[in-house]
Amino acid sequence: MRVTVDQDKCVGSGQCVLASEAVFDQRDEDGIAVLLTDTPSAADAEDVRQAAAVCPALAIDIQE
Amino acid sequence: MTETLTELPAFPAQRASGAPFDPPPEHRRLQRQAPVSRVRLWDDSTPWLVSSYAEQRAMLSDPRVSADARQAGYPHQSAGLKARRGNEVTFINMDDPQHARLRRMVTAPFAIKRVNAMRPAIQRIVDGLIDDLLAGPKPADLVQAFALPVPSLVICELLGVPYADHDFFQQNSKKLINRNSTPEESQAAQVELVDYLEELVGRKLIEPADDLLSRLAAEQVATGELTQHQLAVMGQLLLVAGHETTANMIALGTAALLEHPGQLAELRDADDPKLVAGAVEELLRYLTIVHSGRRRVATEDIEVGGQLIRKGEGIVLPTDIANRQPEEFADPDKLDIHRDARKHVAFGFGVHQCLGQPLARVELQIVYSTLYRRIPTLALAAERDQLKFKHDGLVYGVYELPVTW
Repeated sequence: MRVTVDQDKCVGSGQCVLASEAVFDQRDEDGIAVLLTDTPSAADAEDVRQAAAVCPALAIDIQE
Repeated sequence: MTETLTELPAFPAQRASGAPFDPPPEHRRLQRQAPVSRVRLWDDSTPWLVSSYAEQRAMLSDPRVSADARQAGYPHQSAGLKARRGNEVTFINMDDPQHARLRRMVTAPFAIKRVNAMRPAIQRIVDGLIDDLLAGPKPADLVQAFALPVPSLVICELLGVPYADHDFFQQNSKKLINRNSTPEESQAAQVELVDYLEELVGRKLIEPADDLLSRLAAEQVATGELTQHQLAVMGQLLLVAGHETTANMIALGTAALLEHPGQLAELRDADDPKLVAGAVEELLRYLTIVHSGRRRVATEDIEVGGQLIRKGEGIVLPTDIANRQPEEFADPDKLDIHRDARKHVAFGFGVHQCLGQPLARVELQIVYSTLYRRIPTLALAAERDQLKFKHDGLVYGVYELPVTW
């Protein structure tokens, strides 16, 4: 799995961090999402799919 | 034309008597009929009702759909709100890029880590209010004694608004979000709140403290990015939004849980934060207190759900019925704290999704996992059919929740 975050689209809702703290974090200055890894482990894959599904700004893209 | 108009279903319809936690049956009938259909509003305007979950998410995240209430076809909630919208525009009624610029100024304190760091302070607030409640007379009104002060104290601390002024801003917040407020009442409430905050921002510029208004005063007003007035308007939005929503979730959630004593007991005895977090998501889905439909207007022709929405036409999106759609949530009218409800749209969807949702979640997690544990015998001190529900509010809830223990 390969994951990307479009920081221009991101609205800083933090939903991705709630879904997967292992893969997503937020910038201190404005809460915009940052990736901790762009190749999540198999164990995190389901949580990353959940993050993409609930992202209100459709800013998370996954390539399986 | 007149004939067509009167044939269109009026929106919003009433909830069924005896089913105060369920959306109006008429809205759900429209949802079963078609994902997109015409309705008639208070001013005889006839916007589109987008009723189904998938189409709502699609529209709320579509850049051709605008939240700008100054546009001609925008379906206003009421005459009072229409009057207000003309005056002070906040970023919830702007489109990108203007919306993103302003929203990003205030997202940092709502980041997950920052909100988690507030847990001990919120826990202290909740514990203190329960101490006071238990020391006071019973029955007591849970709304005034607990549900309203919790978010009020939290948002005041975050913004740097003196809690001592809470009577003033709670009264004005109520008038702002009541659908029955006249245009004059609504405007007056807004002017009072903005004037109050503008003066407060002025003080923060001279004597900054460790709070959001001080930070924004220094970073945005002192640098000329925002005027003092613009910051006051933004502060007013956060203050009002931080109050009524969480307060209503606390009181209405408690009313709902008292009707499901088995689930209340599970929540009370839970040591697993995941169970508590899941219960919060389910209560958000089940109650969807922002119940009068998100409002938008099309800026281009859009095909959706078998209909063509023309440029300039209004769109109403009632998320409460999307969260009760059987294709999306099995047995949707059942409150089930074990369900995975995380895909609910109680906070909306798209770029305008609730900014304060991480804070609301943490407040609700702490409240639901503390209140029933501290007061295990908590019970309604009135018959349910005597409770007064906020049918006239933009945000649903109960006016009072008499409880005893």
